Amino acid sequence: MTPATATPAAPTHAAAHTPAVSSHDVEQVERALIDASARTPVLFFYTTAITWLLAATFFGFVASIKLNSPEFLGSWSWLTYGRVWPAYTNTLAYGWGFLAAMGTITWLMARLCRVALGSPKLLVWGGIFWNLGVTVGVVSILSGNNQGYEWMEFPRYVAAILFVAYSLMAVWGVVMFRHRRKGHVYVTLWYMLAAVFWFPWLFGAAYFMISVVHVPGVVQAAVSEWYAQGLLGYWFGAVGLGAVYYLIPKVIGRSVHSYYLAAIGFWTYALFVGWTAMTRLSGGPIPAWLVTVSIAATILMVIPIATVTLNYLMTMRDHHHMVYHSPTIRFTFYGAAAWTLGSLISIPASLRSVDHYMHFTHFAVAQTHFVLYAFFSMVMFGAIYYIVPRLVGVEWLSTTFIRYHFWGSAYGIGFAIAMLLIAGLVQGFAAADPALDYSVVVARTAPYLIGRSVAWLMLIFAHLAFALHFLLMVLRLGRPGGAATLFHPLEGEA
Amino acid sequence: MKRFPSILAGIFVTFALAWFGMAMMPLIQLGNLQPQSEEDGSDVYPVNVAGLTNQGRAVFAANGCFYCHSQQVRDRQNGADLERGWGDRRTVALDYLYDQHVFLGEMRNGPDLANIGNRQKDAAWHYAHLYDPRFTSPGSIMPPFRFLFEKRKIAGQRSDDALKLDPGMVEEGFEIVPNDQAKALVAYLLSLDRNHPLKSSAEAASAPAAPAPAAAPAAAAPAAPKEAKK
Repeated sequence: MTPATATPAAPTHAAAHTPAVSSHDVEQVERALIDASARTPVLFFYTTAITWLLAATFFGFVASIKLNSPEFLGSWSWLTYGRVWPAYTNTLAYGWGFLAAMGTITWLMARLCRVALGSPKLLVWGGIFWNLGVTVGVVSILSGNNQGYEWMEFPRYVAAILFVAYSLMAVWGVVMFRHRRKGHVYVTLWYMLAAVFWFPWLFGAAYFMISVVHVPGVVQAAVSEWYAQGLLGYWFGAVGLGAVYYLIPKVIGRSVHSYYLAAIGFWTYALFVGWTAMTRLSGGPIPAWLVTVSIAATILMVIPIATVTLNYLMTMRDHHHMVYHSPTIRFTFYGAAAWTLGSLISIPASLRSVDHYMHFTHFAVAQTHFVLYAFFSMVMFGAIYYIVPRLVGVEWLSTTFIRYHFWGSAYGIGFAIAMLLIAGLVQGFAAADPALDYSVVVARTAPYLIGRSVAWLMLIFAHLAFALHFLLMVLRLGRPGGAATLFHPLEGEA
Repeated sequence: MKRFPSILAGIFVTFALAWFGMAMMPLIQLGNLQPQSEEDGSDVYPVNVAGLTNQGRAVFAANGCFYCHSQQVRDRQNGADLERGWGDRRTVALDYLYDQHVFLGEMRNGPDLANIGNRQKDAAWHYAHLYDPRFTSPGSIMPPFRFLFEKRKIAGQRSDDALKLDPGMVEEGFEIVPNDQAKALVAYLLSLDRNHPLKSSAEAASAPAAPAPAAAPAAAAPAAPKEAKK
């Protein structure tokens, strides 16, 4: 349990000019070989992920405008709100989020297990099938073939395609782990391995219970809410936290503060996160004990929240200036902080006395965006800024583009979430007053929903800057190798 | 922590516990729910209806109505649903027994629909509302569902099911008629009525209203299955 062994090796952004030693050279060659083996699949995952991000941006913006102005594109069945909204959530989660996660998992597992990928082609095929499945699924939703459960909108046959595609991609994670160089299993690997195992069970079990067995009545609702919460916790949460544990120590060049805290954080997270699901049905027609257990589990989440937060803050201690210099750290730290904040907010929100007001409001939408964008997507941006230069051999071309991307995303999602939280509070308190007609309740949220559409403009700007910059990297149009692209050069460095 | 099998076992067990508690326990507890009836077998509730309402349920799903409309009425302690007149009582698991597809909903950009067939029995109102939500409900942010209607030239007499709209909403000599999807959707909406009185035994079986005492924090999550057996 010595922290030193737990560290992913040398600071790469900072120390490009360490005097070479022979074992260091060997490591460099080994890394280069691993990166070469991962290049094609990881770039494929990232490229398609970012394409989906642009699609999600379009759908999300249209959906947002539609709540301001319901007649906007109103005659077109394919883009009615009830179709374009799930098209947005699905492209964001299964298109962008999933493929970005796959790219990051693949690269991190190869690096941390210190094995080159045996069959990069199979991973690419898995990625192709995944993209095919998401495309068919989104077209299904838009054309009016929606399964009717949140996050499980894709029809059954699409779920089957995704399951096969996932198996092709994920099996390599397990193979790599089995063939890893003996030594310490770094904390990032626990999260990644867990996510890789949890997702297929979650996805398979939920689709099996709902679409194959057809469980009766409200059991459907329980299963689908358990899946929705699990997708955020078991998959996006675990992958995001795993990446945070890698990127922060790696870039600032010191070991993770406490291996012991990391273990507590991981195992309590694994233990409690799945039990939080039924707060989503608080007050609903399900047995009350389910909700009570979920509230207790949500409160217990304070243990992983506190330990993980303490760990990354202590790791960052005295190195907070890296937020100023390093794009990877800036995005990743923003994501980690958003995870802490969003998770903390969900604790009081789960209590029945608060849920009384907050249930059925934009507050829930805000919480989803905390996990999926402010936390997970920001960490993935950080990972992409770190990983891609190692795959293409050139550095990011323009500090300005990264800066545009960061400010657009950070302020955009921050503003959007703030608007949704306020809209939720306003809506919740108005809804609790039966003297107000429900149309009045809805009307009171209008200014904040316009605010959210404005936030979308920032996100559009950020995503376009990011996508263009990424395209240049794929085309090898970057700055030729050498020091990483930083916002501000580090003192004492080149 | 260094060995593959122990990590894998931990990952497996933590997930299995939550899966059992959150997904399997509801099935075990509610999977065999039976409809209620009087002792002589009369007044069975709920009744398994099929046909047009099922097609309408598919239209409801296809157009994502459930993203903005819930179908559940909560008790007074959980919200103002009853005061708003959205139902005579809270909804319980029994109410959804024969729903091929349960739309409890998570979000209310519009009012609850658990009992909409009881609250608004006029099919003509529903058609007009779907065609132009702001015609029946000024200030509504619901999108129009004009693609569920056809504009036809009036040949001879007006169709029976033509929408009664204000002059100017449709050109002279034309009428708006619902298509099959709209008819199915309205049939489904009119079928939504979960106000049937509950026998106390059914209520107790399907939705215990008394909130269970909060479990001791340390034992709460793993103890869940035990608690269910009570």
